[in-house]
Amino acid sequence: MSSIPGVVAVNTFREAVRDRVLYNLIFFVLIMIGTAILVGPISIGIERMVIVNLGLSAISLIGLVMAVFIGVGLVSKEIEKRTLYSLLAKPIYRWQFLAGKYAGLLLTLVVNTAFMTLGLGAALYYVGHPFVKGDLTILTAVYFILLELALITALAMLFSCYSSPMLSTLFTLGVYVTGIFAKDIRGFGDLSHDKALRFVTRVIYYIVPNFHNFNAIAAASHGEAIAFSLVWQNTVYALVYVVLVLLAATAVFSGRDLK
Amino acid sequence: MAGPIIEICGLTKDYRTGFLRKRTKRSLDNLTLDVEEGEIFGFLGPNGAGKTTTLKLLMGLIFPTAGSARVRGRSIDDIAMHRDIGYLPEHPYFYDYLTARELLDYYARFSPLSAGERSERVERYLKKVGLESAAKVQLRKFSKGMLQRAGIAQAILHEPKVVFLDEPMSGLDPVGRREVRDIILELKQKGTTVFFSTHILSDAEMLCDRVAVLVGGKMQGVGAPADIVSVEVHSMEILFEPAPGRSLPQNLAAEATHIGGRYRIAVAEGDVYSALDQLRAAEARILSMSPVRPTLEDYFIRLVGRERAATNEAELVMR
Repeated sequence: MSSIPGVVAVNTFREAVRDRVLYNLIFFVLIMIGTAILVGPISIGIERMVIVNLGLSAISLIGLVMAVFIGVGLVSKEIEKRTLYSLLAKPIYRWQFLAGKYAGLLLTLVVNTAFMTLGLGAALYYVGHPFVKGDLTILTAVYFILLELALITALAMLFSCYSSPMLSTLFTLGVYVTGIFAKDIRGFGDLSHDKALRFVTRVIYYIVPNFHNFNAIAAASHGEAIAFSLVWQNTVYALVYVVLVLLAATAVFSGRDLK
Repeated sequence: MAGPIIEICGLTKDYRTGFLRKRTKRSLDNLTLDVEEGEIFGFLGPNGAGKTTTLKLLMGLIFPTAGSARVRGRSIDDIAMHRDIGYLPEHPYFYDYLTARELLDYYARFSPLSAGERSERVERYLKKVGLESAAKVQLRKFSKGMLQRAGIAQAILHEPKVVFLDEPMSGLDPVGRREVRDIILELKQKGTTVFFSTHILSDAEMLCDRVAVLVGGKMQGVGAPADIVSVEVHSMEILFEPAPGRSLPQNLAAEATHIGGRYRIAVAEGDVYSALDQLRAAEARILSMSPVRPTLEDYFIRLVGRERAATNEAELVMR
């Protein structure tokens, strides 16, 4: 018997590919071609910065849309369509199913992001950008985007374990937006004299994932170095958060009646 | 294996409904039942009787409010129990973008089969359910009947000891139903226990060693189909021809059915002699007299009618 989460993951990936999820790559390629053609005449000397900035932003946005909209359907769609019934009658723990679904979507996102990164590289090559060691920051920024997507996918799956796809989308996007502004929210609370408000903003700051830390697009587009400490800090942070969210999802899903 | 292969003890399931005013609705009420190894066991009941709830409880898809169940000696909470069972859900639906072959291969991967065995089983069971020509077709293009066949194949391809089928004949044409009946009988020949829910009583009467009838979440009876119906009060059916120019006694004429110059009347066992006396007095020619053995359907309909009357009465009292 193969690894159960692995079997579920491969099936999830296969379903996503056949459901034309990777067609978004065409959209990305069009953006990159358009940018590469237009950027030359209007941004002499700063082609790299414009292409990297736009490319990484597109990678992040497309990944976000995929993670949220596919993530919220990972469990609820299986329940709604009853595909889960025959599966859970097999010797499978519910956590194995969740782990497989999560890994399957993550694999889809990694493949998608890898192709988009290649597209970004091709656009840079087209405008005659000489690749140097400093360009590795682009890959670091892509890695951070993947960590961010891993976290968003876990959150979307958690919400999808007990809520409808529409509500799950709202919850996930809500947490994402709050997470981007987590530092600002805390700063806003610190400015206040109201103790209760300060307490609430601090709780929010510590509970929601701080997505701001994963944004290295500006640094990568300007060719600035990214500290290695930030790489491992972000990796550990995302890993711990993902594990906690997946444990919460398992706890919720394991006790749920599949009506 | 000594003892029953399926043991259900006091299984009860309540659902909480409503958003602001939470109410509890009992879907299954204290179900206690044993199924012996090698039996074909029919689980009968109208829609909403609790058949699917019972099967979902046994599969671990929902959790009991009270009671317990064991399959082959293992509790339904035990994941190892699932190695020995197969399950076809009601109105099965599968992954749209998989082909029938891929679907069976996917499910086979959850069983301890080598790659070679898996491939052989997939082909064998595709053929068994008549899907070999559609093996490369994606399931989104399948008809309801084809999905049902794919569902049956995934439930039995790992050759489990106990198979649970929720409405296996649903959505199938007469040929498909016949094929499923043959598969069920073949499973029995191999010693597999088959537990299936249905509301198609002729299938149950034809296939089952024993049946249980569930109405309104409560079990109303269990036994061999012939035993279940024999406990009911019998009546006699009299076929006769009236004498030319003579009219029938009024009470008989009101109840008799006229079929091509003959009359048929069903009378309770206690009224047989009185009816015969009246017919003799009217010089009617008695053609035949036979006991009416109620069918499973009669029994079933009477139970459902009784339960519905009780429910309506209870609702009226509540108002």
